[in-house]
Amino acid sequence: MDVTDDPPPASRVVRLALVGAIVGAVLVAFAYAAGWLTPGRLTPEGLVDTFEQVNGQHPGFRRNHAKGVSVSGTFESTGRAATLSRAVVFRPGRVPVVGRFSLAGGNPNAADSPETVRALAIRFSLPDGEEWRTAMISLPVFPVRTPEAFRDQLVAMSVDPRTGKPDAAKVQAFLAAHPESARALTVIKAEKLSSGYENTTYYGLNAFELVSSSGKSTPVRWSMVPLQPFVPAAAQPAAGDPNFLFDALIAQVERGPLRWRLVLTIGQPGDPTNDATIAWPADREQIDAGTLTIDRIESDDSSPVRNITFDPLVLPNGITTSDDPLLSARSATYSVSFTRRVGEPASPSAVPPSAIHP
Amino acid sequence: MSQTTPSIRQFAWSSRILHWLMAVMVLAMLFIGAAMVASLADYHLLLSIHRPLGITILGLVVVRFVNRQLTTLPPFPPTMSSSERRVAEWSERLMYGLMFSVPLIGWAMLSAARFPIVLYGPIRLPPILPVNAALYTVLRGAHTVLAYLFFVTVIAHFTAVLFHTLVIRDRLLERMVPWRAGPTAQPAPAPRDPA
Repeated sequence: MDVTDDPPPASRVVRLALVGAIVGAVLVAFAYAAGWLTPGRLTPEGLVDTFEQVNGQHPGFRRNHAKGVSVSGTFESTGRAATLSRAVVFRPGRVPVVGRFSLAGGNPNAADSPETVRALAIRFSLPDGEEWRTAMISLPVFPVRTPEAFRDQLVAMSVDPRTGKPDAAKVQAFLAAHPESARALTVIKAEKLSSGYENTTYYGLNAFELVSSSGKSTPVRWSMVPLQPFVPAAAQPAAGDPNFLFDALIAQVERGPLRWRLVLTIGQPGDPTNDATIAWPADREQIDAGTLTIDRIESDDSSPVRNITFDPLVLPNGITTSDDPLLSARSATYSVSFTRRVGEPASPSAVPPSAIHP
Repeated sequence: MSQTTPSIRQFAWSSRILHWLMAVMVLAMLFIGAAMVASLADYHLLLSIHRPLGITILGLVVVRFVNRQLTTLPPFPPTMSSSERRVAEWSERLMYGLMFSVPLIGWAMLSAARFPIVLYGPIRLPPILPVNAALYTVLRGAHTVLAYLFFVTVIAHFTAVLFHTLVIRDRLLERMVPWRAGPTAQPAPAPRDPA
């Protein structure tokens, strides 16, 4: 047996070193995979940390879109998208939804302002526990193309506590480094602000792929187009009520259901699916996939929606992700934000249950 | 076993196949898990491998556990001291425990957060726990801690086998190689060709 022939000590040292080298190589590979060797690389945790640095610590709240209200209702499909997607949600019929209207930003006590980006997040509950979650905002294009640019924008546009405004030099430097963001902001500024949550169009922004029953993929973007008539935002909104947008929304839902049309915009070959800063041409085919009806509103404090993360990659069979780098990043970041906030003690929402009148 | 037949040196063929199959899967899983939580661009791709691979490992460890009860183990080589044997036995139990618990906790934590557990296309796993955010928090933490413990255990196991094979040169590894160990690998007394 080999164990009986004593190798010379030198060769034993060499073989010991070989063991160390092999194990060391595996450890280095693992450290690299875990990102420990590239501390400068942006990670999901790092992006959520940036939100906390910019907005301050608000335990228990979403790290972005911290201020909001929970809603529920139904989605009734027209069946018109069923040829392009095999998703059950697009077959004719009705499914229950829950959702959330929110203001962009990580401050749960921010005062409502027509200039602040508004959002609508929806979870469609399909048969057998299948779900579709989507989070849409009131901008026609997204200001940044990549998660790294998103982090840079957050930092550049953060409010300087001394002046109460973002540092103009930092904003300029960001826009100079990101011409796609400068172009997107021009498109965004051209959009007229609506008066409230109920007459806002909410854009999904990122591209996805619809998958038909034969397996054919079609690029798509979607938006929720209000059936409530457009009213421009007042130039001088009534001062005093920091929740005036949410209070108006509550009053409207209490008067009667609010409706949006789910519009699918079908991409053509060459339309960018990996760049949310660029709108697709206006003549692209649009499909009226169905009507979203919101008939119930609730404070985040009393709603189970509080513990739902509107991860855009919770998709039903029949919709898949695209090559848009923001989608995977959003999925990763929402997960980190969810894990942090549900592990923290909850604080009361700025829109309390007493704001709702049953 | 009669005294005249050579003692079993290798693990049963089923054990060896399961060992190497799961070794590749578990190591890949540990790398994917660590990379996934640190990645923005590849998070979704890695997660879409992580979930079906995790449930495959959970299924295979059940098969492996049954196989472990039904097969006879080769004896430890004489080069292993009694304390080293105890460590080996306990590390085996620990690794079985982790192969069961890490994927099961992953499934349970997604259940507690009511996160749809899509494996592939229309294939989804049902929730195994009621919705409970506090439970999610505990399980999410446990999933990470136990996965890193698993990596440390795998590395310790790997290092020990390499040390035996390359430094002590007692052919410990040949007990587990997928092919049939050569006749010279038979321990003393004199090897006897079973054919």
